[in-house]
Amino acid sequence: MTKLLILIVVVLGILAVAQLARVYELTSKLRGKREEDISDADNRMNATLMWLFPIAYFGFFIWLVVAYGDKMLPVAASTQGADTDALLDFNWWILIPVFFLTNLLLFYYAGKYTYSKDRRAFWQPHNNKLELLWTVVPALVLFVIIIYGLNTWQQITGPASPEAVQVELYAKQFDWTARYPGKDGVLGATDYRLINGDNPLGIVTANAIEKRMAEIAQEKAEAKTALEGLLPDSKVEELEHRIAYLDRMAARIVNLRMVMQQDIKANGAASTYLHGADDVVTKDFYLPVRKEALILIRSRDIIHSAFIPHLRIQMNAVPGMTTSMKVVPTITTDSMRTVPEVMRQVAEINAQRQAEGKGEYTFDFLLLCNKICGASHYNMQMPLIVTTPDEFDAWVAEANKKPFEGAEPAAEPAPVDSSMTAPKDSMAVAALPSGQ
Amino acid sequence: MGATAHAAHAGHDAGHAHHHHEESFISKWVFSQDHKMIGKQFLVTAIFMAWVAVIMSLIFRLQLAWPGEGFAFTNFFLGDKWAPGGVLDSNMYLALVTIHGTIMVFFVLTGGLSGTFANLLIPLQVGARDMASGFINMLSYWFFFLSSVVMLSSLFVEGGPASAGWTIYPPLSALPKAIPGSGTGMTLWLVSMTLFIASSLMGGLNYVVTILNLRTKGMKMTRLPLTIWALFLTAVLGVLSFPVLLSAALLLLLDRSLGTSFYLSDIHLAGEALEQTGGSPILFQHLFWFLGHPEVYIVLLPALGITSEIISTNARKPIFGYRAMIGSILAIGFLSFIVWGHHMFVTGMNPFLGSVFVATTLLIAIPSAVKVFNYITTLWRGNIIFTPGMLFSIGLVATFIAGGLTGIILADSALDIAVHDTYFVVAHFHIVMGMSAIFGMFAGIYHWFPKMYGKMMNTKLGYAHFWITLVCAFGVFFPMHFIGLAGAPRRYYDYTEFPMFDTVIDLNVIVTLFAIVGALGQVIFTYNFFYSVFRGPKAVQNPWKSNTLEWTTPVEHIHGNWPGPIPTVHRWPYDYSKPGKSEDWVSQITPLDHDEEEH
Repeated sequence: MTKLLILIVVVLGILAVAQLARVYELTSKLRGKREEDISDADNRMNATLMWLFPIAYFGFFIWLVVAYGDKMLPVAASTQGADTDALLDFNWWILIPVFFLTNLLLFYYAGKYTYSKDRRAFWQPHNNKLELLWTVVPALVLFVIIIYGLNTWQQITGPASPEAVQVELYAKQFDWTARYPGKDGVLGATDYRLINGDNPLGIVTANAIEKRMAEIAQEKAEAKTALEGLLPDSKVEELEHRIAYLDRMAARIVNLRMVMQQDIKANGAASTYLHGADDVVTKDFYLPVRKEALILIRSRDIIHSAFIPHLRIQMNAVPGMTTSMKVVPTITTDSMRTVPEVMRQVAEINAQRQAEGKGEYTFDFLLLCNKICGASHYNMQMPLIVTTPDEFDAWVAEANKKPFEGAEPAAEPAPVDSSMTAPKDSMAVAALPSGQ
Repeated sequence: MGATAHAAHAGHDAGHAHHHHEESFISKWVFSQDHKMIGKQFLVTAIFMAWVAVIMSLIFRLQLAWPGEGFAFTNFFLGDKWAPGGVLDSNMYLALVTIHGTIMVFFVLTGGLSGTFANLLIPLQVGARDMASGFINMLSYWFFFLSSVVMLSSLFVEGGPASAGWTIYPPLSALPKAIPGSGTGMTLWLVSMTLFIASSLMGGLNYVVTILNLRTKGMKMTRLPLTIWALFLTAVLGVLSFPVLLSAALLLLLDRSLGTSFYLSDIHLAGEALEQTGGSPILFQHLFWFLGHPEVYIVLLPALGITSEIISTNARKPIFGYRAMIGSILAIGFLSFIVWGHHMFVTGMNPFLGSVFVATTLLIAIPSAVKVFNYITTLWRGNIIFTPGMLFSIGLVATFIAGGLTGIILADSALDIAVHDTYFVVAHFHIVMGMSAIFGMFAGIYHWFPKMYGKMMNTKLGYAHFWITLVCAFGVFFPMHFIGLAGAPRRYYDYTEFPMFDTVIDLNVIVTLFAIVGALGQVIFTYNFFYSVFRGPKAVQNPWKSNTLEWTTPVEHIHGNWPGPIPTVHRWPYDYSKPGKSEDWVSQITPLDHDEEEH
């Protein structure tokens, strides 16, 4: 029924336009006017609109600034955010005047020099001085913008200090997990083939390898048992494929174990393969205020992007590689909640939510996913808690009690002989062993 | 005019071969090799595709303004599978965003814009009987047509059409388990794009060859209208960059179906570790944007060329700084090849490489500024006639200013971090690329409609169309800057999960209302277009008193364009209001007076 109504409205609308056009055409035919002859009245009308439009246009812009300017992201809560905001303001000071000036000239001239058959346009094919002027001036302005911008970029992307707090953000459809390095202060090596229910990040330890191998062996045994029964051809094929897949996977994990052993032989205690057991895998994301943090970012499946708007930081999470960003948060979550600007925004939001019968909102720094990643992309978030260094240390101490392989109270000694040594590479890249 | 008539009588022999042979219905209307007909075919296909994309945008705009509410409109188009109770499904939301972008960028603003105006104008404005190869030209259209059909058919497959965004970044686009649209839908997308690229290459080569080799006597490169210069550079960009997209698409196809790992590595999805290792998803982005950025100018340059021509004609004043305009087109074309990395500042690329892309990208602002100032100066002390084409050209300059300036923010890598992939970016590229190009396209349609169909479009409806479109263009895209500066990411199905956006998100209602009115404005255009094709008043030969060669051809289309020999060109195309001339225009085929300087 509604479909029919919509159709009727659309058809009637088109008919109305058609009738208007017919009437106009007939009248202009009666007056003997040709369609391409633009009448003085038409020219004047458009010229007037050319002058009225910028009023509406600028008015809209100014209204947006007035009505929504205070609803933009509040004060940046990181040192690099403060730099970015300053750079942005600097740019606006150049761009907004240019915006007004060029639009004003455009619409002013368009409205002013309306056609008159008694007048001739000014013959002016070119003017080298003018053209040089508006090539050189933008070039100089852009030079300043480039230098200032690159200067900030360099500060943002420079290497993090060795003392920086390390945390890894791990993305998958559709949530985030954080990993802290544990008591030893070093993030352990990872391999995506070790991922299972107990090891969502694929941390490499001798133990994790054995568990995964056992899991694979069990699945293979089950598949083989199933093959002994009476099965349709398609199912047989599927199981055989599965077994072959499991064999290849097992071969790669055996290879990984070899790489691990070589690495440990080469690097001794420094080998990242020895540092996974005490890592802390958590759904809580904490950072200390006024301390540099190095955030390493990885993905399990597809590209995501770690975006923390209030800190003005963003970096993609790319499967197969580790990306990173550094940041120095300058305001704790608690203090941020008392910043007047934030309090006003929160009060406004809550007034609105109350009217809509929704729950109360308290401010939190949020980590959002900002790269299209599937059906629930729009809700892939995790709060970030910025605390005082003392609170952070206390939280870390508490978290360290639940390490990755923490079920055993004495998880401290490395599970593999640490006297061996090898190249410093956390990724398993050695050639496949031919056997298995 | 006199010269045309003279030429028409003088050489009956040369024209003879061209317009006296019989044409069947099929060879005239379907598999036509006549560039004018092919141009019209491109245009009508593009108008249809544009409507598909507009309706898609209305559907997702409804969801963004009133999330979770059911709409009969949504249900009408998507049915109960994708819009149960009229509520848009979140996978379908991503699919619509993806296909909206794909259709608008490739099918409307590349195929539609270049396809229409390069075909129509190149032979007519350089003075050629037709394209260098009419047959390849015909193939170019039919590949485009086929590609459109495949793209539209992908809307009806199980799992829905491609949903990984128009940039189809792998691994999302490679793995059907990650998103249902990456199944058959994505395969069809890739097939469609492969056909599209073939079409665009055949077209592009033809355009380049025709412009270089088939110019009439006297048509020096420095006498070419700026439309031709723009279309020439566009074709060169396309020929150089589209093959790279083709290779990117083929490698993706291999990753999807043959288990190669060009773009895939270390992926654990749906409880299973994939076997691909060693590839890089970032490689795809480099390949994609190597096309993707020149593509922005493939879309924009024809619009700028069209505008240059129309502003000069209707200001009755030579385009200011003709050589500077050519220079800036060349500079933009060259620079567009070394800026692609500015789409990838947050992918973890080497910061030094990032710096290089910042510098090259910001340099593009210089030729762009030159163009804007030259347009404004052309209007200054002109004698302006407001044809609908002229209005859209002025509108283009306005959108080019607004979108160009925010480009300076986005090119600055340090700032890009804070606004990357937010609505700020959506606002920027819709204004500078989408709106500018579509304004240029509308300007071109109104201006050359008499040449295409021998009829006139209704001027009053054109005015209504322009003012509605201009107001709505800014009404839709201007507020998006603010949504973006509040930190709201693009491609989110629903923002209600984030109370922090509650206070700006009501802007989405404003945006959607403007979008609906804007779409209704396009109904006026579509009606005006098709009504005028059949019932519009007859056009005269040179309705806008324009200097360029296409207006020396007869109103009725003939094979070979000119009944007699092709006229010789004696001057540049912008002798408007030249001192010492009785009229305020001088056709390019009028010889110079013996003491007259060229310009």
